[in-house]
This record gives sequence, C-alpha cells and structure tokens, in this order.
Amino acid sequence: MEKEKKNYQKLLDFILANNTYFILLLLFIICSAASEYFLTMANLVNICQQYAGTVIVSIGMLFVILTGGIDLSVGSIMAFGSVFTAYAMVEWKLPIVLSVAVTLLLGTLGGLFTGFLVARTKIAAFVASLAMMTICRGAAYMISHGTPINTPAGTISQLGTAKLLPFLTWLTVIAILVVALSSFFLNKTAYGRKVIMIGSNEEAVHLAGINVTQHVISVYAISGLCSALGGVIATSRTGIGSGAAGQGMELDCIAACVIGGASLSGGQGSSVKTVVGVLVLAMIGNIMNLLSVPSYPQDIIKGIIIILAVLLQQGTSRIRQN
Amino acid sequence: MEQSYRIKMTDIQKRFAGVHALKAASLQARPGEIHALIGENGAGKSTLMKILAGAIRKDAGEIWIDGKKTEIQNPRDAHKLGIATIYQEFMLAPDLTVAENIFIENLTSGRKLINWKALNKSAQELLDSLGFGDIDPAAKVGTLSVAYQQVVEICKSLSQDVKVLILDEPTAVLTFREIEKLFELLVKLKKDGVSIIYISHRLEEIFRLCDEITVMKDGCFVRQVRTDEIQKAQLINLMVGRDLKDIFPKRENAVVGEKILQVQHLRAGSRVQDVSFEVRAGEVLGFYGLVGAGRTETMRAVFGAEPVESGKIIWFGEEVRFKSPRQAVRRGLGMVPEDRKKQGLVLEQNIEMNTTITSMRDVQNRARVFSKRKEEDFTKEILESIHTKYASVYDRVSQLSGGNQQKVALAKWLAAGSKCIIFDEPTRGVDVGAKTEIYNCINQLAAQGIGIIMISSEMPELMGMSDQVIVMRQGKVTGKIMKDEFSENNLIRLAMGGA
Repeated sequence: MEKEKKNYQKLLDFILANNTYFILLLLFIICSAASEYFLTMANLVNICQQYAGTVIVSIGMLFVILTGGIDLSVGSIMAFGSVFTAYAMVEWKLPIVLSVAVTLLLGTLGGLFTGFLVARTKIAAFVASLAMMTICRGAAYMISHGTPINTPAGTISQLGTAKLLPFLTWLTVIAILVVALSSFFLNKTAYGRKVIMIGSNEEAVHLAGINVTQHVISVYAISGLCSALGGVIATSRTGIGSGAAGQGMELDCIAACVIGGASLSGGQGSSVKTVVGVLVLAMIGNIMNLLSVPSYPQDIIKGIIIILAVLLQQGTSRIRQN
Repeated sequence: MEQSYRIKMTDIQKRFAGVHALKAASLQARPGEIHALIGENGAGKSTLMKILAGAIRKDAGEIWIDGKKTEIQNPRDAHKLGIATIYQEFMLAPDLTVAENIFIENLTSGRKLINWKALNKSAQELLDSLGFGDIDPAAKVGTLSVAYQQVVEICKSLSQDVKVLILDEPTAVLTFREIEKLFELLVKLKKDGVSIIYISHRLEEIFRLCDEITVMKDGCFVRQVRTDEIQKAQLINLMVGRDLKDIFPKRENAVVGEKILQVQHLRAGSRVQDVSFEVRAGEVLGFYGLVGAGRTETMRAVFGAEPVESGKIIWFGEEVRFKSPRQAVRRGLGMVPEDRKKQGLVLEQNIEMNTTITSMRDVQNRARVFSKRKEEDFTKEILESIHTKYASVYDRVSQLSGGNQQKVALAKWLAAGSKCIIFDEPTRGVDVGAKTEIYNCINQLAAQGIGIIMISSEMPELMGMSDQVIVMRQGKVTGKIMKDEFSENNLIRLAMGGA
C-alpha cells in the first residue's frame, strides 16, 4: 500500500516536471484523432517548415523574457528583415549572402537600440519595444513603398523549399541549430547563467559584481538578430519581401514562451520548452485548417486554447511547488 | 481560568510536502495580555500564526476563540473573529493617503460616495487616540517613516473590531525611539483588552513588554511561562538547549596585519557626510549606529553601488574609486548586504548558481563551458568549509533556513577569494543557534587574514565580535571604541549624540 502510494507520487512528480511535454502529447493525440490528414508525413513536414521562423523569433523573445523584459518589436523587425533582404537583392543587386548579412546586422542594431533604451535610460521594456515596433514597421513599408518586393525566381526562394533529407527542410535545420545553440548558451555558459540570474534578481546580481546593463542590452540585440533572421526566412519561403510579414508575431512568441513555462517576471524558461510552445500553437493552427474552420473563429479558438494551456501549465507548476 | 482564554490553540499540526512544520503546537492567550511567541527560526511560530490568521489551513488540532470551538478556513473568517496580523512586510498602498489606507475596507462607511472630510477626521481621531496625532491623515503612506507606516498598519486593523493582534517581528525595522512609541501603543491596546501575540527574536524586548511567553521548538509547544518567573538564560536554553555564554565564540587573539582598506573623509549623498576608518587584515571592525545613521550607505558607496562625492578610498595602499560593484569585486572586496532576500541572494535559483556567481570561470573547462562535476565539487567544498546544511546543491536557495541562506550569500565571496568582506546586519532574522554559526564563520575568515567590516544594530553582537567599533550618527563618525572600552553605554552615547 505504502509502496503503491510512492509509485503514484513518483509518476505524478514526473508528469508535473514535464508538464509542457504532456500538453504537447495530449494535443498531438487529439489532433491525430480529429483529422486523418494530420498524421501524414507531408503535413508534419509542412508544420516544421512553416513554423521554423516562429521558433527562431521565439528563442530571441525567450532571452528577453528571461531577464524579465519583453520585446514587442519582433514582428516589425521581421517585416523589416523580410523587406530589406529583398530590397538589397533587387535594387542594390547584392549577392544573397551579403543581403542576408546586412539584414541580420541591421536587425541586431535595432535590438541593441531597444536594449539601450531599456537598460540605460530605464524606459520600460514594454514602451521602448513598442516604439521600436512602430519604427520598424514604418521603415519596412517605406522601403517597399507599401508594395511587396518580388525576388528573382530561383534565388533566395530556393532556400525556402530546399530539403536536406526527404523529411527535413533546410529551414527546419536552421531552426534546430538556433535552438541547440541557445540551449547550450543558456545552460552551459556564463553568459546564459547571468541572463537567467538577472531575471531572477537584478539587484543581487548587480551587487555580486556582474555588469547587468551590458547583459540586458545584449538580450535585445539577440532578439533583434533572431527577428531579422525570421524575416529572411519569411522572404525565402514566399520569395517576396513584404512589409506585412510578422504581423502579430510578438504575441505568438510571447504565448509560445509562456506555454513553454517561462515566467514573464523573468528567471525561468527553457529553449526546448519554448519550441514545444511553438509546436502547440502550430498544431492548433494546423488542425483547424485541416478541419476547414474559418479564420475568424480560428483566432477565438486559438486564444481559448492558449488560456487553457497556460492554466494547465501554471496549475501543474503550482502543485509541484507545494 | 480555563474559560478566560481568548485564544486557545491545541495540538495544531501542519505538513508542507513532507515537511512536518507543526507537530503539536499549542498556544493560549488571555484578553488584555501581551503574549510572546518565541523559538528558533523554523520552530513554526509563523506557521502557527498564519493558521490563526487564516492564511493557511491546519491539518489537525483545535482552535477555540472565547471558549467556542471555531474553524478558520480563510483570512475572512479570521477577520470576522477580530484577528488581525501585522506582518513584517506591510500590506499598505504607498500611493494612497493615511486615511485611505486605514479605512480601505470601508471607505464610504456604507454610503455611495466617499466623504473625504469625515474620512480624514475619523482617521485623525483614531491616530490621536493612539498618541500619534502628528501623523497627517492626508499624507501619502509612502512618504512616512517605516515606524509610522507600522502605526498606520495597526490603525488599519483597529478600524475594525479587533480582539487579537498578531505582530511578527515588529521592531526589526524600527529605531530606538520608535520602538518606545510602539511599546506605548501596545500597552494602551492591552489595557483596552486586546490580546496581543508578539513574535520576536529580541529577548530584551520580550522581558520588558510581555506578560507571558510561549516557547516553541521544532514545531512543538515547549513551555508556557510567566515572564517574571524565568531568566533570559533559561529561556534561551528552552529554545535551543544551549547556554548563553556559548553564543559568542572565543576568538584567538587576532593577528592584525596590513591595512587593506582605508577610507578618509568620505561623502556620498545626504546620509554620508564625513566618514573615515581603516580595516586591517584579520581584523573585525564593527559599525554601530541607529537606523538611518548612514552605515549601510557608507558601505554601498565604498563598494561602488552608490556614487562617491568626495574623500579618499585606499585599497592596499593604492587610491581607488570603485565606479560599480563589479570593479570592487574584481579587486577583492565583497559585501553581504542587509536584505538577504532582495540583495544578497538570487532566491529562486539553486544553491550552486548562487555560490559560483562570482567565480564562474573557476568552474568551467578550458572552452569556458560549465563543468558539472567541477562546479558541484567546488560548491560543496566551499559550503562545507562554513558548515552549511543543505540537501542538494541543486535545491533552490529559498528552501534553506535563514542562517543557511546567509551562509550561501557569504559563500560567493569565499568563492571569489575576497580579501575584505562587508557584512551588513549578518544575523538579522536568524535564530540564536544559526547566529553562533555565522559568528564562527566570521571568526574563521578573520583568522585567515580577511578584513571584516560588520555593521550591526545589536550591541551584544558587536561587542562580542569586534576588535574595534566605529560609531556613526547622522552620516558622521562620532567615535571609535577599542575592545577594552566596550560598553553599551559608550556605544549608545556616541550613537545618540548625548553628553
């Protein structure tokens, strides 16, 4: 009897410790049951392909959220990245590699600026990144004169569809690399350690002799870099640089981080679980498309499922702490 | 006598995820009595009081109020029974006025709109009746001193019909004079028939103020005794099973070495007007003063956490000015700050991360990647050198007791190899047994040739530990007392500026 109870306790602990994964598993089972097309190779490959950009941008967002901040500019920097890559290729006739490099650099600079506002001038992260959000969106539309920029066929769009293996696209590979790299940095290097600790208690970390300002600025730069990369990927998938890219992306990324167990007050969150958060959102969107749910009700259902997922996440975390 | 108890809690039990916080806790208090509840940290005092206040639920046991058996399920139940608690962290809205805070539960006194005039008037009357007529009911609470905020908090509970008032370490944040005023207030409430439960680590206060004492240990009731029937030493024995004379460990005669840190005519902000002192290797330099004398601010300025306006800081013979804690830490200065939870530790991260935060490079391999083995061994070695008790280095620091938390806060400076460590109120909120251990730590460090600066508001502690004591008053050093001249009289005289 006693032993049975212990086993039960162990199982419960295991489930609670991995609650994010169980939410994903649950959703996966539901989706598989709901539509016969869900569990096909083509569909699953498509999900990974479609959400590679979201994963990358969410990872950038995670770094910011870990420090207790927030970055609302990710979607706009993505749009800027999307437009600028195409513009540099078409108007300046730059080679792809160079266009991408300049785009990533600009995205990083944008993030750096937000970070500077947050860490140095002490403008609230919400406000600073909100300002950055409208600036970058405006810049994206200005550069493209409000119309999408078509890249020459067979250039950057090749990347968008290229496959390494029959079931593995290059975009997915890039996303996996970004996640692996960020996971390594967060868990294994002093930089990641400091970021996490700053989010838990900035004052204590400052008094332990760590340069808090520098680290806070850097996470926004990382977020800017990831967002610009997200923009490049958006262009590569469609071949079009669009000022409308990344619309609402900031909210998806925040939702992904939170579903993945990150705390908006900082100090808590993991890269891999953030990916799970993106996959939860991805599956919700995918299954509703497969079931031909019209797009407006989709948004409502998506919102409700986000609430449920986060409630489940919080509820199980709370049980675990007690 | 039995029926005259206002509160009777018997055999209360409570478990938190396997930890048996309360095993058999009991408490009885009469109306018009100030009842002390004492015990080491972790003895279960706060848990017991939270059960009475309805903040947490008991697993077993009975609660009787005025001879009637009651169940307290939530704070509202407690409220209805007239039980009010003043926690260490106040439940006040700093941007609202005194009157608004006091009557926050019923601002309109039953009507639809707020009558500001009447509200301020009744607040004034309440404050007057308690002898605090100088508090302006229209002032914002955030602008008041901590002591006055506490008065507002008490008024807030009195605006309802209060029968039982629980105070958790109320004097920890107060100055000498403020404590006197608080005591006057409590005596007044006692005469009105309120039962006051007073949790404190300061035995002097308890002997002055309280009528009865309940001692708790390890979640159990130990003894209830009238204050006039027991001696301080006996009381400490009941709490910890140890004699008072063991509290301050004997230190080998210190070998005082070279000058590590000299500070000359330091000015920094309004709180630091003119401060000079020097610390040598192997020395414990005490800092005494009333709250607000500028001791913490001085040390923060030296440490680079606040800007220095003028003065000289000399570190190992070289003039320096640390512009940030980072620069100070790099040169080998460490600080264990006043507020352990907010400043000294990253509470929600694990013990290991908190220990190695200053020495990450030492626990990484050549590629600057954390080595799990290396880090764990390093952490364990340091924590064991100062006898820290913990289950696993991967536990959160918040799970440790106050004393062990303080040791982790200290451990990072040992890890960094600091040559001089500033301790700001190192034993605040730490129980008697753990205090001794912290004193041992400090002595051990001094014996290794580390220069120690210790700020403390507890005179016995300073006199028991220091080689010299610097006394500050209103931002200035008012005196330096050598070990053979130590006396409470000397310290107080310099701190208060009396003749």
